[in-house]
Amino acid sequence: MEHLELFFKSIFIDNMVFATFLGMCSYLAVSKKVATAVGLGAAVIFVLAVTVPLNWLLDQYILQDGALAWLGEEYAQYDLSFLSFIMFIATIATMVQLVEIIVEKFSPSLYNSLGIFLPLIAVNCAILGGSLFMQSREIPTLGLSLTYGVGSGIGWFLAILAIAAIREKIRYSSVPPALRGLGITFIITGLMAIGFMSFGGMLTGGDEEKKEEKPVTEVAIKKKIEKTSAKEMVAENTNIN
Amino acid sequence: MGLLSKKDAVLLSDPLADNNPITIQVLGICSALAITAELKASIVMAVSVIFVLGLGNVVISLMRNIIPSKIRIIVQLIVVATLVIIVDLVLKAFAYELSKTLSVFVGLIITNCIIMGRFEAFALGNGPWRSFLDGIGNAVGYGVILIAVGFFRELLGSGTLLGFKVLGDSIEKTGLYALGYENNGFMLLSPMALIVVGIIIWIQRSRNTSLIEEN
Repeated sequence: MEHLELFFKSIFIDNMVFATFLGMCSYLAVSKKVATAVGLGAAVIFVLAVTVPLNWLLDQYILQDGALAWLGEEYAQYDLSFLSFIMFIATIATMVQLVEIIVEKFSPSLYNSLGIFLPLIAVNCAILGGSLFMQSREIPTLGLSLTYGVGSGIGWFLAILAIAAIREKIRYSSVPPALRGLGITFIITGLMAIGFMSFGGMLTGGDEEKKEEKPVTEVAIKKKIEKTSAKEMVAENTNIN
Repeated sequence: MGLLSKKDAVLLSDPLADNNPITIQVLGICSALAITAELKASIVMAVSVIFVLGLGNVVISLMRNIIPSKIRIIVQLIVVATLVIIVDLVLKAFAYELSKTLSVFVGLIITNCIIMGRFEAFALGNGPWRSFLDGIGNAVGYGVILIAVGFFRELLGSGTLLGFKVLGDSIEKTGLYALGYENNGFMLLSPMALIVVGIIIWIQRSRNTSLIEEN
């Protein structure tokens, strides 16, 4: 249940593109044709599914406050969380390189369809964003982090697929000249994001959509409330089942 | 203009308008949109990017002859990540509330496409001083759009600027609110950032028709 909830939440409610605008650069640049969009989307799912659990392990056993305790008593006091950016991005860049080499070696056909996108992905904000959100949302287990990675990847895939399909069709309509290309894509994405907001109340009973309106000081408290209410929701749901 | 030759001045001024990183080159959108619901966050983000891009361009430009081209991406990422960690720690020390609002988006400066784009396109082939100007120019071009979007979203969304109630008090019905004006809460939601940027692009391209794309 927990997995299913996180899975759908990361696809629809916290959709990478529509809720947090991650990976917008490649989303805008590679969405002119459906075929290429599918290739990039698949590569993103794949890389997110690998890097998020890996960075979860790093975070849990090396970076967090007191995470080094497994090395011995005297290491328990260290807090290396300030290194997380550099560790995450290094892991991502290495993994992307590694994945590229492995795929090229064992499946040339997959390499031909995914390969060209893999170098692009190292600097896709969606990938680093996945790891950073995994850290800031404190996802509790390795399994859940895998679910989160795959779910957000699929969310991103859906978004780029949808916009690519719309852009293929929009070629036949008369857009105002100054809006052609980039401008109209922005506005369509905005409209799609409004559409996706309607998923907001699906799993959290309407808590989620008010998040942005809250003043700064209340955000932290709000997060706590959200967490507890999400837990309660899970408890309730399991009771019903 | 003793300090800047004409060629150098173009490096600074070009990204501000006709070659703007956001509206023309389509770089760095990711972080640009999510944090613009308040003007203050936009300004902090703009300043952070100016710092990271200006300094990062200089560092990469100084190292451009010793970086092996095969591993240049990872070298660039490490340079940016180091600079971003500095920004993050400074924000956490001096503006804790704000760094909570920006949350992961400070970290996402690392993968901001403007930064990698400028490293690749400019700093790897030019001297430090010119790279510095190019970095500052592009980061300011990015910041201008960010601040413009933040300005409109905060003004129309909550009727404030930097937290000051410029349109009057919405609860006590003073100022504009006395005339029946209402805040458009929709402006605070994330989709409106996209639409505001879309409108900025529209205005810019209507004024300068040479920028219009083929469909």
